[in-house]
Amino acid sequence: MAKSSPTKKAWRSLSWLGVIIIGLIALNGVGVLTGGGSWTPKLALDLEGGTQITLAPKLESGQTVSSEQLNQAVSIIRQRIDSSGVSEAEINTQGGQNIVVSIPGTPDDATLNRIESSAKLEFRPVLIASAPSADSVGTDDSTATPTPGATDDAAAEATPEATESAPAATPSVAPTDASDLNNITPALQAEFDSFQCSDIDTSNVAPADQPLITCETDGSVKYILGPVEVSGENISDATNGQVTTQSGATTGEWAVNIVFDSTGTKAFADVTTRLSGLEGAQNQFAIVLDGSVISAPRTLAVITDGKPQITGSFDQDTSKALADQLKFGALPISFTVQSQDTISATLGSTQLQSGLIAGLIGLILVVLYSLVQYRLLGLVTVASLVVAGVVTYFLITLLSWREGYRLSLAGVAGLIVAIGITADSFIVYFERVRDELRDGRGLVSGVEAGWRRAIRTILASDTVNFLAAAVLFILAVGNVRGFALTLGLTTLVDLLVVALFTHPVLQLLARTKFFGDGHKFSGLDPRALGAVYRGRAQFQPSAEVASRKASSASKEAVKRQTIAERKAAELIGSGSSTSTDGKDS
Amino acid sequence: MASFNQFGNDLHTGKLSYNIVGRRKVWYLVAGIMILIAILGPVLRGGFTFGIEFTGGSEFVLSEISTQDQGPAADAVTEVVPSAVPKISAVGSDGIRVQTDQLTDTESREVRASLASAYNVDPAQVTSSFIGPSWGQDITASAIRALLTFLVLAGVVMALYFRTWKMAVAAMVALLHDLVITAGFYGITGFEITPAAVIGFLTILGYSLYDTVVVFDKIRENTSLDGPESRRTFADSVNLAVNQTLVRSINTSIVAVLPVASILVIGAFVLGAGTLRDISLALLIGMLVGTYSTIFIAAPLYAQMREGEPEIRKRDKKALALKAKAAGTAVTGTDAARADVSA
Repeated sequence: MAKSSPTKKAWRSLSWLGVIIIGLIALNGVGVLTGGGSWTPKLALDLEGGTQITLAPKLESGQTVSSEQLNQAVSIIRQRIDSSGVSEAEINTQGGQNIVVSIPGTPDDATLNRIESSAKLEFRPVLIASAPSADSVGTDDSTATPTPGATDDAAAEATPEATESAPAATPSVAPTDASDLNNITPALQAEFDSFQCSDIDTSNVAPADQPLITCETDGSVKYILGPVEVSGENISDATNGQVTTQSGATTGEWAVNIVFDSTGTKAFADVTTRLSGLEGAQNQFAIVLDGSVISAPRTLAVITDGKPQITGSFDQDTSKALADQLKFGALPISFTVQSQDTISATLGSTQLQSGLIAGLIGLILVVLYSLVQYRLLGLVTVASLVVAGVVTYFLITLLSWREGYRLSLAGVAGLIVAIGITADSFIVYFERVRDELRDGRGLVSGVEAGWRRAIRTILASDTVNFLAAAVLFILAVGNVRGFALTLGLTTLVDLLVVALFTHPVLQLLARTKFFGDGHKFSGLDPRALGAVYRGRAQFQPSAEVASRKASSASKEAVKRQTIAERKAAELIGSGSSTSTDGKDS
Repeated sequence: MASFNQFGNDLHTGKLSYNIVGRRKVWYLVAGIMILIAILGPVLRGGFTFGIEFTGGSEFVLSEISTQDQGPAADAVTEVVPSAVPKISAVGSDGIRVQTDQLTDTESREVRASLASAYNVDPAQVTSSFIGPSWGQDITASAIRALLTFLVLAGVVMALYFRTWKMAVAAMVALLHDLVITAGFYGITGFEITPAAVIGFLTILGYSLYDTVVVFDKIRENTSLDGPESRRTFADSVNLAVNQTLVRSINTSIVAVLPVASILVIGAFVLGAGTLRDISLALLIGMLVGTYSTIFIAAPLYAQMREGEPEIRKRDKKALALKAKAAGTAVTGTDAARADVSA
């Protein structure tokens, strides 16, 4: 008995499935060995507990926080946390003043910084730049490189020059623009002279229309900056990436690429036009983040496309964090971490345990029902569900390692529900095969024909589910994203298992004596399905089908029949000598 | 289960046929009444009950206590406010955080005193404050935006796949029916709407459409197989498809509902209120309604929408004429004729 091609294909599919499962396990093993990975998925806040961080706003005396500002801050913080993974954090306001962020696990400094820093970005022209006074950090030559935009006119050092431009004695002359040195009043000059770079904290932000005294983040240069020209609010998008030269080679330096909206683009073009005509420090353009200058490049060209690039002492992580912060906007107020406590799981272990027990009971009921309905074919359902379970488990464990996915109780419930949707694919398939048997096909060809019809239905319905998952994942925030991930995952696994496991197994089983002969307990007994036994593996269509088709054939002229009807009539007309297709064994 | 097999066989051949599409007015009426109840019920009860994740609430923090047992805290709260479902967690190594629905000032004072005595501490060690919602407007807004985008895309995908926008519309109407009824159930029973319940709603949304697509695919197959000389009207073909997929619909809903029902039973009766109960209730109702609406709303509605098309009307007329002729001339073939007439 030569292996027919469906058998070969079936074995090939099963081997592919084996490769995929082994691959998943191996990948997970790599994760465990290299640290970070684990053999069990990480649990979310409700099941495992985590850390509760209380953020208090930094307020000057008399200043208050409005609830609108707080809500805005909550929304921005949520987006920042979401962008770092699917962790299902809980964020809410407390006492009309504080923000409480609860996240699973213990946050590191980078996470805290990502959450709390205000990320207020301003572009201000430099009025005066000088070496910082006495006690500040040694100048290791500013890391700031001049790269506003696509100009790429290589390195013009942003080395600070101590410009001794004489400040105007009185502010009598009204400044004409932001670069006008008339902005500097004697009082400001005095303040500048005594300013220590160590004085800077993140709330060191002057009103947008006033000059600002500040330093480079590493304390290497001290500046007086003009009023704000363009602010972070005009940023429509921000990404991080490596700086590339004109030839496309990367320099290995990380940068944040900004895209301004139309207002920002125009303002940025105006200011670069003005600055490129100025000399000395006034030609420099300071990028101020939370009160410190992260970079002050020279303006070498007019940038009209609204796409500047910020470089500084970034690595991949810090540039990503800043890009995210800029994209989601600055917090309306700065916050500081007031307290940080571990909290226990809100639901406790009893809920998870009961959930799992409930799932197990449900699964046993499903197995019993499948066995009653589909006899031994039910075992194929059970085996398929087990395979789906194994694949899903390892995918979730992998995701919790790579993407920070955490399984919440709602997620567990979602997975249990997925049992039903996954089992439906098998039911649709089995029913189609039974339909084929009822129409008198042999099992082997019935399986193939049933599969061709079933896979169409399964693909169409799974596409709808997957679409729901993808859209919710991309557009929604918070807990909904975790749900979407689970839904998308189980849909893909469903497709994988039905194509690479259920169908091949059925193909192989159809060739066994037990199923092929239509044993009473196989679940595919043509007699029980209404087809008439006609000898080994050959069945006639059920009496109803036959008589209906025979009568229609006799009533109507043959040429007026549909192709399907004519075919059926021919089949019956040619008598019982013709096997319906069950010839291979 | 031979009888169930026989049932499946008869449905497949058309020997047994439930006239679902033909009695559409009955189903529309039933749907209308259910939707009315689902809308009026919650209104009469005074709207939906939202969980503290949506409304915010009161928070009590006990510090420097000797035991972090959560039991006394739960008792202390329900003593004062019997209806409250407190969320309790241990904070740090010697504190406890208790979150409840928004309490009045008096209740809050009493809860504070009750908590202090439950843990044998000075009332001053119990701080109370209001907390804002953790499921804020921003999450709701983004979820709704995502939903609308999904519905539009799903509609387009269905219209392209089935090559007719009428199937997409019928599926959406059935979906709407499911969501309204599931939501109404929450409103009427007064179950709290929590994030878990919302996630349950979203699952229903996927499930309802999924179920409709499966049945519609069979309808598409059957109606496209009908040649110009078929004795089945369009509605007959749709009805046959629904009947032929009936066994699948029954099996699938039983398999899908079994695990959910076991979560609900264990969640609600063993554990009391909580995430498990919230999510499984939404799912149970939604799945049952989702399967029901595919058969009794989506399919009849689709048949009705298509029947008006001139081409289909012409074909239906011909099919009816052929059917009448067959019935009139059939002397011996009664069996066959009956199969077709009842289809």
